[in-house]
Formats: sequence, C-alpha cells, structure tokens
Amino acid sequence: MRLLSYFRGEAFQRGVHPPSCKLTASAPIRRLPFPERVVVPLSQHIGKPPRAIVKVGQEVVRGEPIALADDWLSVPHHAPVTGVVESIGLRPGARGPWSESIVIRALPGATQEDLWGKPRDLSQAGPAEILAAIRDTGMVGLGGAAFPTHAKLTVPEHAKVHTLVVNGCECEPYLTCDHRLMVEQPDALIVGIRYAMRATGAVRAIVGIEDNKADAAAAITAALARCGPVPEGTIHAELVPTKYPQGAEKMLVMALFGTEIPAGGLPVALGMVVNNVGTLAALGQLLPAGRGLTERVVTITGPGVARPGDYLVPLGTPLRFVLDYAGAGNAEAREVILGGPMMGQAAASLDVSITKGVSGVLVLRGDVLADTLRRKTYPCIKCGQCVESCPMGLNPSTLGMLAAKREYDLMGSDYSLGECFECGCCSYVCPSNIPLVQQFRVAKQMLREKAVAKQS
Amino acid sequence: MSIEIRPAPHIRTPVSVETIMRHVVLALVPICLFYVVQYGLSALLSLTVITATCVLAERLFAATGTQSGDIGDYSAVITGLLLALSLPPAFPLWMGAVAGFVALALGKALFGGIGFNVFNPALVGRAFAQAAFPQAITAYSPSFLPGRFLEAVPSSLAWPLMQPADIALWLKDKQLDALAGATPLAKWKFEGVLAGAEELVTSLSGHMAVGPSPALILLCGVYLALRRFLDWRIPAAILGSAGLTAWLLFALSPDRFPNPFFMLFSGGLILGAVFMATDMATSPVTPKGMWLYGALIGLLTVIIRYYSGLAEGVMYAILLGNAATPLIERVTQPTPFGKSTLARLGHVRRGASYPLHPGYISREDAGAVTPQKRFMFNKPKPAERRKPNEPRD
Repeated sequence: MRLLSYFRGEAFQRGVHPPSCKLTASAPIRRLPFPERVVVPLSQHIGKPPRAIVKVGQEVVRGEPIALADDWLSVPHHAPVTGVVESIGLRPGARGPWSESIVIRALPGATQEDLWGKPRDLSQAGPAEILAAIRDTGMVGLGGAAFPTHAKLTVPEHAKVHTLVVNGCECEPYLTCDHRLMVEQPDALIVGIRYAMRATGAVRAIVGIEDNKADAAAAITAALARCGPVPEGTIHAELVPTKYPQGAEKMLVMALFGTEIPAGGLPVALGMVVNNVGTLAALGQLLPAGRGLTERVVTITGPGVARPGDYLVPLGTPLRFVLDYAGAGNAEAREVILGGPMMGQAAASLDVSITKGVSGVLVLRGDVLADTLRRKTYPCIKCGQCVESCPMGLNPSTLGMLAAKREYDLMGSDYSLGECFECGCCSYVCPSNIPLVQQFRVAKQMLREKAVAKQS
Repeated sequence: MSIEIRPAPHIRTPVSVETIMRHVVLALVPICLFYVVQYGLSALLSLTVITATCVLAERLFAATGTQSGDIGDYSAVITGLLLALSLPPAFPLWMGAVAGFVALALGKALFGGIGFNVFNPALVGRAFAQAAFPQAITAYSPSFLPGRFLEAVPSSLAWPLMQPADIALWLKDKQLDALAGATPLAKWKFEGVLAGAEELVTSLSGHMAVGPSPALILLCGVYLALRRFLDWRIPAAILGSAGLTAWLLFALSPDRFPNPFFMLFSGGLILGAVFMATDMATSPVTPKGMWLYGALIGLLTVIIRYYSGLAEGVMYAILLGNAATPLIERVTQPTPFGKSTLARLGHVRRGASYPLHPGYISREDAGAVTPQKRFMFNKPKPAERRKPNEPRD
C-alpha cells in the first residue's frame, strides 16, 4: 500500500474521495440581510463560556462587547446587530442541550454599521500584545472546531515555532466558504498570516490548498507578488492532492512535510502551528480595525437549497431565517446539517442559530436521504474497506466488532481508539452500512467518563 | 418542515454488500458459460442443481431463524457456483445437492449467516464431498466430448443414494476410451505425465479434464480487483508463494518435481486463489495479514500436492488458512498514524514538498535563505519566488 500511495503521488496514506459537490465554488460571497432578532449563545467555543455583561432592555451597538471572558481559554462575544437586548435565558443550542443565550432585537432604523471598532496600529506590537488583541476580537477557529485562536497561537514555554501552516484544504464536500475567501480576500489573508507569524515567531507560512482550488492558490500567489516581500519571513501557497480528510492538521502536515506528528502530540512538537484560512482572513480584517467578530462566511448549500451560495451571515442569525432566504423552506428538505456532510452535525431544530464554528449549512432532500435510508445494515463482512480508508491507520472493522460487544477498554488499550478523530471515512465506505463512527463516538465518551470517574 | 437527525457522515458510497456480491456473480458468469461449453449438459445440470440447492437451503435457514440473510445479497449463489465449479462436471447431481446443503448448513448457517462464517462455505461443502464421495470426486469426464450438449454423462444422473455409473466404462462403450478422464494433476501424480502449458491455461484444445479455464478466471479476477470487489493482495500472495515454493523444489530436483508453471495453472489453484481464498468473511482484513494468509495458503498447497496421497491440495490449504485467519489478524494489526517507530524517529517521506525545518530558524539570521523545495511539483516558478530581506522597490 505504501508503494501504491507513493506511485500515485498521494500526500498521506489511505483516506477517501467522496464526490466533491462544490456547487457554490464560482459564485461570489453575498451578504445575508440582518434578521429581526439574533440569538447569541454564550457557549460557542471550546473552553469556558464568557459572562454576559448586558442587561435586558439595554441598547447595544453592532460590534460592542456583550459578554466578557473571565478565563484564559475563553473569548468575548460582540453584538452582531445594533438593537435592544430582549432577553437573556435558555434557548435551544446547536449541540442539543439548551444553552444560555442573549437575544437581541435589531432596530429597524439602524444602519448596522460597525461603529464600535477603533482602528489601531499593531505594526510595532510584540507577540503578547497581538495575542491579547486577537483575544479581544473574540476569534475562534472558524474551520469548525471553534478553539480559541489566541490559545492556539500561544507557543508553550520551552517550545519554538518556525512554521505557520495555513489550512486552506476545505476537504469536506459541498463547503466552499474558505475557497471563496481565498479567492476574494487574499490581501486580508496575508495580513492575518503576518499577524499570526509575529504572534508565534514563525519565519515561514505555508498555505496548504487542495488542487481542486487552483484559482485560490493563484489568487494568493498574485496577492503575495503585489504586496512584495514581508518582513516576517516567507509565505508560500502550496497545492496538495485532493483527498479527504486532508483538512485534518495531522494529514496536512503529512502532505506538506512528509512526516507524521507523533501520536498524542500537537504540531507544535514539530515547531508548527496550524490555523484555518477563514480564521486568519477574518483576523486580517478585524485586527487593524480593532473590531470584534460579528459575522462569518457560511456556505449554504445542498440539494435542498434553491439559491445555494456563500453568505456573509451575522452571528446569531436563526437557521430558519437563513434557510428561508436561501430558498430551503420547502417541505422536501429533510435533514439540515451544520458543517459538511462528512463530519457535520444534524441540527435538531431550526431555531438554533449560526455560531462562530458553523462553516456550512447543508440541506439534504428526502429523496437523496432515501438512498441511505433504504440501505440495509448487514453484519460486518470483513471486506477490509474501512482498514484501507482509515487515515489514522486504525482497524475500524475490529473496533466495530468490539464496540458491538461493549469491549470499550480493549478498544482503547489495544486498538488505539483514542487516535480516531471521527473523520467518517470508515462509515462512508462501509458496504454493510454499519454506523462505525457513531459506535466509536459512544465508546470514546464511555472511556472519557470512566477516566473522569477514576480521577475523582 | 420536519427534519431528521442522523449521525455523521451523512453521505455514503453507493457500494453495498449487494453490489459486491452481484459483481462477483457477474464475474463468475463468463467462467460458468465457458465451463458449460467445455463439458456440456452435465456441467449445466451440475451448476443449476447445486446453486439451486444452496439458495433453497439458505432460504430454509433464514426462514427458520438459524441465520440472518437475504436473497438479495447473492452470497448463496456465489457459494453454489463456486462449489459446482470446484467439483467434477459429471459429479452425480444428488451428491452435489447434498454437498450444497452441507455447505450452507455447516459452513454458514451454523455460524449465523453472512459475515459470521469462519470457513469458506463452498469449501466446507467440497471437503464434505471429498470425505463422503471419494470415488465420485476424482472421476472427471473429458472436456469437449462430441455430443456433450445432447446427453449428460451417465454418472451425473445417478439415482439418489446410488453409486454413479463408471465414466471409463461409458467412454469405452462410446469408443472414446482414448480420452482418459483424469485431471492434469492426477496424471502427473499417478502417471508422471505433464500437461502442456497452452492446454492448461486456455483449456481450449484437447479433451483433458482441466476444469474451468484459468485464463478466464484470471481475467475476471482482474476485473473484480480493479473495481475493488476483491483484494488483489490475496491472489498475488498465493500465486507468488506457490510459484516460489514450486520453483525452489523444481530447482532442487527437476526430475522429481514439475515446473512451477504447471503447479500454478493446473488443478484449482487459480480458482481458489482468485475466488475462494478472497472470500471476505474468512480472510484477514489487515493488509499485512492478507500477504501472510496468501503466503501460507500457497505454501500449504504445494506441500499437500507433492507429499500427500491426494492430487489436489488447494481446498485444505484454504481451509487451514481460514482457520489461521483470526490469529493472523491479531499479529498483523496496522500501526496507527504517528505510532510507528519511523514516525517516532522523525522519518520524513521522500518527495515531501517542504523540508521539516526552514533553512534558518531566527529572523535575525542575516544569511537567511528561502527554504528550497526539493521537488518541482505544484510550486511557484523560480521567477515568482521572492528572496527574504530583498529591498522593497
């Protein structure tokens, strides 16, 4: 297999090639109108949710902080619209449980300009100052994980970072928001990359782009030529062969540098920090303007959408409003997915809102779903397709059989279940239609609970 | 609008178990057709009766709840066709039906149906037939007999529970006794006669009882392997290991042992390697395990053929390989990403686009150079490349 991947020029071993279905790759980013009411959940990212600092009835200006972080691994939130705080309380959350949210009613007469931000000069700022400024923007990883960006860019003590890897792979089918950002805003991206390089001390930045987005790489290369040499070091845009899950940071580092990040380690072990293009492009716009994150680009697409496209959506916009605008309010739509089709999460209700980590809204129609519905689940026939597709080199076939017997401890100890990052390749290829990833999620949750119980 | 919630991934490949099994059946169709052309009515009857028995037996066991299973998955059809192809074409039909029933009952239903069986069901049926009907299973009728489409070989039509008529006597009656009905392997083993290469591969000329055509099986196997419906490693390992072992023995003493080519293309080795050993449920899932499993089967085949009292050894070799599969899987688990010794030592794949460390580490380093990529693929042209510390214009 190693030999075959070598001849095929593959960037990393195994993985799958799902149909790309990038319906919206050539349409420019459009702005979504402001909804009547936005719902900003306090818990939008990994880490402690921030604390609301506004009161019911208070008027807020677009871009004004409405929740402040009192923990290091947390970021503030900013008002996405100019309006009046209507209520603060529990609302349905995207992940299922109800969560504390701030509801703001937009003022119909407001121009919705961001008047709060004060431009500032960070050209002489040191790393600590830049990191603090990044935290003030409320930035989290916009690729989907929603990990606070300042925490990701903080280099641990005794570690040295020499390379900033910018993740522009966007390997999920259907999603094109990062692609459009790279094509339309390469200058902002370069500004963001330079801030990130200064914050981490990296001397080279490499933008990894899958080769189905050659125009994005060309746009970045052209912008680099326009802006001339940057004092921070060198920036390259690099095409890597298209394959899912290239966007996983371990896979991208493998594709670019040909080395495996040791199990259980972070890229910083190799002197690297990986960041998403969407995050850095947003930073490139927000940091010089001194503004906070109030909107993001979301791909609204899928067979169930009449007007698919990449939309600039105010954070907190209810899903129902987004879908109505994009033409998906019809009865045929059967499943609404936040994120891409491989790793995205099905929304439980249309009342949840777009948060910082939502990169796409995918609407699948009933007749498309019926194909998977009608499929029968067979016992594992041990065809080995999952073993040949697992990018982490696990054995999902055996893991699945162990999961059916609830041998969770054995899965964790002997079959490296902890390495699984739930990319979904094994479930995607399984001819027996076994929900392997779901079984692994349950198993990992059980193991985590066991570990917590042991500690206390 | 009502919405559904399902776990990710929300898309699936169109390939299902039915697709795989259907393609295996499709790949077997040309082989069966040529088999019928070779052996006539007897072969057609044998294929039909055994396959029908297998399908009916599976229906019976699925209906009584002994096993899971669905007629749509075609797996009983595959078992039946393979069993029929591995038996002599003029095998008495009632014996074939018994073997087919046993294949499903002991080989599959006993374990719980598709996916759970430990041994290849077709080979379980054949092993039973070998033990129960030792004479009938070695009585081959010659291929390309005149008038083969008009009448069946009398041994086919033996009454249930009766011994079949002797094929040699029947041939003598028809003044065809010059065409001895022995397989090439039996001929070599018991008479010391080697069959020609062309005859073995294509089975087109002559009347030798060569069974299904190896060339056709290989062709269909290549199709399945390209469509990823069987794993190419297993046939490659079996043929490689059998060929190597046979070649070593041939090199040691060319008079005692046949040449490796004869070893590979005679008997059921090709059919076994391409269609039987690759049975998914009974072969390892790990790539390394597949090589080991194939190598074991190839080696055992040659040893059994050379040193045992039987002319053919593929069946037992594969059954032993099936038995060893759980153990092989256990010792050949894949190494997870980032856990191999090479990864721990910081191994870098050849042809990587960028060196792991830039040529310089600190920006203050005055003689800093742009990290040069080692490999001229997917990268900006040298003219577009900017040097660090170049004065702005």
